[in-house]
Amino acid sequence: MAYRLGVDVGGTFTDLLLIDEETGHTFRAKTPSTSEDQSKAVLTGIDRICKLAGIEPREIGQLLHGTTVATNAVLEGKGALVGLVTTLGYRQVLQIARSYVPGGLGGWIVWPKPTPLARLEHTVEALERVDTRGAVLRELDEDDLAAKLAALGEAGIEALTVSLINSFANPIHEQAIAAIAAEVLPGVPVSLSSQVLPEIREYERTITTVLNSYVRPIVGRYLASLETQLHSAGVPAKLHVLRSDGGLQSIGTAEAVPVTLLMSGPAGGVSGAVWAAKQAGYENLLTLDMGGTSTDVALVEHGVPRIGRDTLVGDLTVRASSVDVRTVGAGGGSIAHVPELTRALRVGPQSAGADPGPAAYGRGGEEPTVTDANVVLGYLPPQLIGGEMALDVGAAERAVQKIADAMGLPDARTAAAGIIDIVNENMFGALRLVSVQQGYDPRDFALVAFGGAGPLHANALARLMGSWPVIVPPSPGVLCAYGDATTSLRNETSRTFIRRFSETTYGEVHNALAELETEARVNLDVEGVPRDQQHVMFQVDIRYHGQGFEVPVDVASEMLSEPDLLDVVGARFDDEHRRLFLFSLDAEHELVNLRAVVTASPPRVEAVALAEGGADASAAMTGRTTIFIDGAEASAGLYDRAALRAGNVVAGPAIVTEMDATTLVLTGHIATVDPVGNLIIRPDAA
Amino acid sequence: MATIIETATAPIERVTVDPVTVDVIENALRNARQEMDAILFRTAMSPGIREQHDEFPLIANPEGLMVVGQFGLSIPAFLDGYDGEVSDGDILFTSDPYACDGAISHANDWLIVMPIYFEGRVVGWAAQFGHMTDVGGKVPGSLPTDATQIFEEGILVPPTKLYSKGQLNEEMLELILNNVRMKDWNRSDLNALVAACRNAGRRIQELCRRFGTGSYISTLDALLERNFQAIKKLIETTIPADEKLEFTDYLCDDGMGYGPYKIHCSMWREEGRLILDFEGTDPQSMGSINYYLNESLYKMFFGTYMISVFDPQILWNDGFYPLVDVRIPAGSLLKPRYPAALSCRTHGLGRIFDILAGLLGQRQPDFLCAAGFSSSPHLMYSGNYTEGDRAGEWFQLYQIGFGGIPARPFGDGPDGYSLWPSFTNVPNEFLEAYFPLVIERYETVADSGGPGFFRGGNGVDVAYRFLEPGEISIHDDRWFTYPWGVSGGLPGGRSRKWLERASGTTEVVPSKCDHIKVHKGDLLHYVTWGGGGWGDPYDRDADLVAKEVRQGLVSSAGARRYGVVLSAESEVDAAATTVLRERLRLERGEKKLFDRGFESVDELRGRCLAETGLPAPRPPVFRQLAAAHDE
Repeated sequence: MAYRLGVDVGGTFTDLLLIDEETGHTFRAKTPSTSEDQSKAVLTGIDRICKLAGIEPREIGQLLHGTTVATNAVLEGKGALVGLVTTLGYRQVLQIARSYVPGGLGGWIVWPKPTPLARLEHTVEALERVDTRGAVLRELDEDDLAAKLAALGEAGIEALTVSLINSFANPIHEQAIAAIAAEVLPGVPVSLSSQVLPEIREYERTITTVLNSYVRPIVGRYLASLETQLHSAGVPAKLHVLRSDGGLQSIGTAEAVPVTLLMSGPAGGVSGAVWAAKQAGYENLLTLDMGGTSTDVALVEHGVPRIGRDTLVGDLTVRASSVDVRTVGAGGGSIAHVPELTRALRVGPQSAGADPGPAAYGRGGEEPTVTDANVVLGYLPPQLIGGEMALDVGAAERAVQKIADAMGLPDARTAAAGIIDIVNENMFGALRLVSVQQGYDPRDFALVAFGGAGPLHANALARLMGSWPVIVPPSPGVLCAYGDATTSLRNETSRTFIRRFSETTYGEVHNALAELETEARVNLDVEGVPRDQQHVMFQVDIRYHGQGFEVPVDVASEMLSEPDLLDVVGARFDDEHRRLFLFSLDAEHELVNLRAVVTASPPRVEAVALAEGGADASAAMTGRTTIFIDGAEASAGLYDRAALRAGNVVAGPAIVTEMDATTLVLTGHIATVDPVGNLIIRPDAA
Repeated sequence: MATIIETATAPIERVTVDPVTVDVIENALRNARQEMDAILFRTAMSPGIREQHDEFPLIANPEGLMVVGQFGLSIPAFLDGYDGEVSDGDILFTSDPYACDGAISHANDWLIVMPIYFEGRVVGWAAQFGHMTDVGGKVPGSLPTDATQIFEEGILVPPTKLYSKGQLNEEMLELILNNVRMKDWNRSDLNALVAACRNAGRRIQELCRRFGTGSYISTLDALLERNFQAIKKLIETTIPADEKLEFTDYLCDDGMGYGPYKIHCSMWREEGRLILDFEGTDPQSMGSINYYLNESLYKMFFGTYMISVFDPQILWNDGFYPLVDVRIPAGSLLKPRYPAALSCRTHGLGRIFDILAGLLGQRQPDFLCAAGFSSSPHLMYSGNYTEGDRAGEWFQLYQIGFGGIPARPFGDGPDGYSLWPSFTNVPNEFLEAYFPLVIERYETVADSGGPGFFRGGNGVDVAYRFLEPGEISIHDDRWFTYPWGVSGGLPGGRSRKWLERASGTTEVVPSKCDHIKVHKGDLLHYVTWGGGGWGDPYDRDADLVAKEVRQGLVSSAGARRYGVVLSAESEVDAAATTVLRERLRLERGEKKLFDRGFESVDELRGRCLAETGLPAPRPPVFRQLAAAHDE
């Protein structure tokens, strides 16, 4: 039982990473994803990787899994038919939402009217009322509700959400309705807003809980099927799933609260980046995961990813903790276009997707994409080392020429350079959102690039951000699986606790946090994590009384016993407020939410050292190619990453290729291979 | 006239900037502006700004032309009205609409204007204003319906330095805050506005550092030129060359028993320019519904309206202003003379958007939207807690209502949404946590959206149960005239309000009122209006009508307005529907381009009391105000 297996199911490939826990030795496998049933690819991959490692499936002790099942269900609109119970007078809570129309003045003219995730005809009202302090104003009419639930059952709902007004203050009626539903709608999974998100703000709590219901059956079926198949394949491993916040959880919890899985995929990438950068000796990071249709960026401070309270998926924002990943619709497949009216160059958000894909793929695509621009500039060599397909340079040029024509630029190369500049600027904007806009100076951070296209753009982005060095981990395409395999169990409990500091006491806060800790430990106890390997951390959300947004302040578990706890967190909040917004106020502090986070000790996974090779990288050089860079032609060295050795130095302009990614080193920069195989790119000091 | 102090005097050298750099800087400016909003929302205290986002940001070039943002501040006019020096570190502040040419249009809007310096020179301006919940004056909320002069509407701050070379003018700030009812909110909101502008300043300085000041400024020229060319083309292709189009809409009343007030606008092309002329608009009101309209602001509204259909990603700026001429007669409802009261200008502000739709849509079906939720109806509720742990404490709510978005060429209007960018509603749980209220209902009203091929959005019914005695004020409109439908679409439902007293009686509450006493246990129904319909309702998908009946968005009886007959199970009776639609089409005859829901104002007056429970407004009487002002 000495093996850990990380499995990341992505849109195109399922990546597996097997780690020998004793030696740290790793094995990698990649297999095409099976979108109709993701577990098929997982099983195929397990079979392949076991053969590769020469082990039996029964030797896998832990299976750690990042999944996009929940996200895909939302994006593809394939979730369950959800019934919703609201309080009398609030049936249209999702129809009205927050009344927000995106865009500027006149944005309403073209904005498509959204459809609620739980249909209005499947939304019923409970005759009941609780006030803001939790007092019952009107008792629940149980008979009325039972009849309404029966009607929902006849309408064929597959999951039920109960989200009542002020249930964060008193869940009694939601619980009563759950009991009725268990009788009237046997087998229909019920999600209560007071359990999924016991926080104030009815729309946010409702949409989050409805989304939970929406993905619940599909996630449940998937996990159950995966577990069954693992058993029949002789894998005894305990299955854990990676949550949006980068922690692992048992599949039991994942089935009940799948809304916590929406960012499971990106969280794996960030966790993997943290692990890889740590091997290189860096803990303050900006991560850049650029794929075919979009790019995810995140900020990591002291080895800990920033956790945000919102999760964005498609057009929906739900309140669920997740690694604070910002996504921009800029990827290799993003299409460049020039609106006739303004003749401006726009890149994305439309994408050529996987089919037909960029023009260079030769599968009938004609629209110019970011990948085509990279081909035209010579950054993507037409014959990739180990690559599966040849790129059609002529098709890429013809596509990009359309942009040159529309803008009146001299040639396709100039247009291609423009496309790259624009797409870089879009990603730069996202990186600023997680750094500068949160009060961080990007020059204090290294940039970790992964995903198929990240390493092509990272050097240019680091130059814009001043974020050095750029770290390109080995096999940047399977980094998510590393993340899955190197994280630890985590559980979080929270509750709304709105009190001005003057309205509460140290004792009250202490007891509330201690209760949350007890609740949060339960899951890890059940998982058999010994108490001495459980780490507790608290978080309190604070604002100035009267503000509408709160700022989370971390509280170490030792601080819980300090009677001046509130003074200390108040002062920390002031500091944080100054950092974020450039000012603090002499106004009273107010607690909003309390949270306890329990994590297990992370597994020890060491990177494998690369053979030492000295500075000279010529042994890995496969040739030279002409590229267009900084407005002129230049000769760039071509390197095979697999042949690079620790200590090798590659001087830009250079292109380093490997099976699943290509790294571009710009003129005036050098890439050094570190002892575990990371490419470390910095400006050339000489 | 302000004197700008710059330590570097050499002119900024204009350079040729490649088109891609222009697009890169355009992106960076968009991000800078979004950051302004984000900072304000997260740090402001008043629910009006923080939850509902009643605020507007702007970044301008050195000459004061807006390069990103959305309001019509004329920085040159603003500086004309300020006698003093402007240096690095200064932050200017005003709340006087008459002192900034209407960039803000009532005293509740507090405006911050900040020069952005880089290497000793002004490279731009950042400005932002937000609506303060209270600025003093005769009623809580500072929006008195019966004000006749602006002095009754709270403290009026002329253009003044809030910060001088980085130093806060504390005494002045305290003096101002001493005049308002919710000073903590004002202080925090003002801080937030300043922080947002400072942040924008840092971003612009970074751009100058990154690209060079010359490139940066030259890029702004290119962006302004891009808007100019785009709008030039749009005017040429979408506005008829030799035709004068006209449109009239109304403000229902002035809250003092008079109305409706007419807003009239003509549009034509003249020597390559577009003229928008408000000649024919009624004179200014004696009350506070006057809307001091800034000409540039209306140009921006016009341009935004057009461009959102063609390149929504464009960064909106002032570059096209020379192409449009907005004419507003002095002394009219839209250009009242100082010191006319202005506080309740929200209805005028909204209605001029309906007028744009009415003008542009007559020849361009792409722009023809119905009339919609063209206002921000307000509710104010204030008093002192009489019991509990907050006994004696003052509470004061200012809340904006939402309603039906008009039906559009692109589809149905959303139900209970906002036309205003970035506005959001206040969570009802939040209201209950912070005010002595129980919100017993928050849902849209079936059939209030105008029927059409595309349906107008429904208005909203909010039922407020008051838990403490206090006073309410209401500012709403479209209770008398209807939100009109277009191209065969029918008008949306009008607004209504009534109080169900704890004592058991029910009374209709007028659309504009102050000092309405409420008692513990009283229930107010605040019903906003719906959006007008678009296109022929008899062509709407009958199954969709049936589905909306099952959803409760349309009633069974309401379905017949689409010519749809339903079974008891709310399924379409296809045969009966065909017959009914046939008959209704015949009865109707030709589709109306605009359906206002009345033949004449007099006819509407005649049925007002019976339909609304309120007496019809009397025709406005226009006092000849201070003819001496008129040269």
